[in-house]
Amino acid sequence: MTLSSSFKRSLFVFHFNAGSCNGCDIEIVAAITPRYDPERFGVRLVGSPKHADVLLVTGPVTGKMAPRLRRVYDQMADPKVVMCIGTCGQSGGVFYDSYNLEGPIDQIIPVDVYVPGCAPRPEAIIHGVVTAITKLERLEGGEV
Amino acid sequence: MSDEMKKKPYVVPIGPIHPALKEPVQFLFEMEGEVVKKADFAPGQTHRGIEWMGMRRNPVQIVHLTDRICGICGVTHSLSFARAVEQIVDIEVPARADYIRVIIAELERIQSHLLWAGVAAHELGFDTLFYLAWRVREDSLDVIENITGNRINYGLVQIGGVRRDITPEQHPVIHKCLDGYRDLLGKMLNLFLHDTTISIRCKDTGKLSFEEALHLCTVGPTARASGVVKDVRVDYPYAAYGDLDITPILPSAYGGEINGDVYDRIVVRLLEIEQSIGIIETCLKEMPEGGIIWEPKLPKLLAACKKAHGEAIGRHEAPRGECTHYVAMDGNEAPAMWKVKASSYSNLHSWIPMLEGEQLADVPIIVASIDPCLSCTDRVAVVRGNSSDLLTKEDLHRLSVEKTRRIQGC
Repeated sequence: MTLSSSFKRSLFVFHFNAGSCNGCDIEIVAAITPRYDPERFGVRLVGSPKHADVLLVTGPVTGKMAPRLRRVYDQMADPKVVMCIGTCGQSGGVFYDSYNLEGPIDQIIPVDVYVPGCAPRPEAIIHGVVTAITKLERLEGGEV
Repeated sequence: MSDEMKKKPYVVPIGPIHPALKEPVQFLFEMEGEVVKKADFAPGQTHRGIEWMGMRRNPVQIVHLTDRICGICGVTHSLSFARAVEQIVDIEVPARADYIRVIIAELERIQSHLLWAGVAAHELGFDTLFYLAWRVREDSLDVIENITGNRINYGLVQIGGVRRDITPEQHPVIHKCLDGYRDLLGKMLNLFLHDTTISIRCKDTGKLSFEEALHLCTVGPTARASGVVKDVRVDYPYAAYGDLDITPILPSAYGGEINGDVYDRIVVRLLEIEQSIGIIETCLKEMPEGGIIWEPKLPKLLAACKKAHGEAIGRHEAPRGECTHYVAMDGNEAPAMWKVKASSYSNLHSWIPMLEGEQLADVPIIVASIDPCLSCTDRVAVVRGNSSDLLTKEDLHRLSVEKTRRIQGC
């Protein structure tokens, strides 16, 4: 893969916990720490969805968090990419038969990149973000 | 604004979405100026109905469900649940499995405390220390991955034992990691406990007296930092803890008095890392030979569970304190009752006496100081009179950093 001109700018990532067990959340934070250091390429976590290009969603989306997830998604500026981190956001995972799930995530907001795993390794998450960059480029170029 | 208006308390809601680390929880603070007059919180945003699901599954399936109660305490819940079932079914766990359980539980304590130390440093605006703590934490995750095959959600504990053995080839890997931590610990203690920034922000902040700690039934490092001598590993030894010489760590172990403030909680957790290193080394040395599981064939294990009647409580000293699982079985495949009481549940109420009377800028570190398995701050709407401002987690973080600078006079 060739590094594109997107890397010249910084890619801001916002993390949303929709009822996760913390496993994926910890791995997301582990992914930004010195061993992996994606900040070299400008990839960093930000505190507000309004600043973000990429939304990382973890967890199976509980009843209370679903409207908040929609609100956070709406607050993000276009072009935006949504990543679903972890198995439970994709299918419910071990929580598939719970009475309090509104998910999977793609039932609530459109998802562009799926990173499976329980919990996915930081390398997998970084790979997902890099995949998201390609999608963002296509969005910016008006291809999608 | 008139004087009347200034004195009027206003409400600051925080949460439930936190951009960085933890689970969602909502706080409501009644403020007078910068001072928190009353604090309240609303957990339950991440309710997934795990107990309800568990009562529709068999014990072996539940063990893997318990891993996913909390991603940080991967072994805590599975160990507590397995111990409860083992008591009901009357399973004798092989001695070697008990030692492996202790080793993985202590490795988990090391990674969890380092994780917390990083978060605490971050909340104080000391990001260099945050990155240092998380970089060294990766070493313990490497060892955990080497032993269990996964960094998070280990799936190591099974009813009646463990699923993977620790082979002699793995010993050097574990020793190398532990030696690294031992060398590093002096540096960590120095950085955390003798740093002016941390001392001025943490001493006498978020105090919890001995009486309050007892009255609110706090557990784990939060209780020990207030001088309560309480540790399940010592009080009710289980697994291989009965063979080990452990004393609950109080902040006085590092000299000085017990104040029950945030600083004392840092002392307790850092010293517990040292204690865990010692425990793992002893366990590796004294680990007996033999099998690692009571019954490797799952259908036989499930049949034994299905026949069992009775109730039991399994408990474990998690990195955050005592975690209990109550299980009742009545001859069916699924348990008749399963109740989980996680350690943070016991500790959350201690937020209220800690937070009341403190400044808004101290809220992040106090909330983090009990190492909650819930989250703290994201979006804060400050309603003063009729106008309202929106404070993000970054604004709060900025307030916290500004306070540090103000105190230092730079």
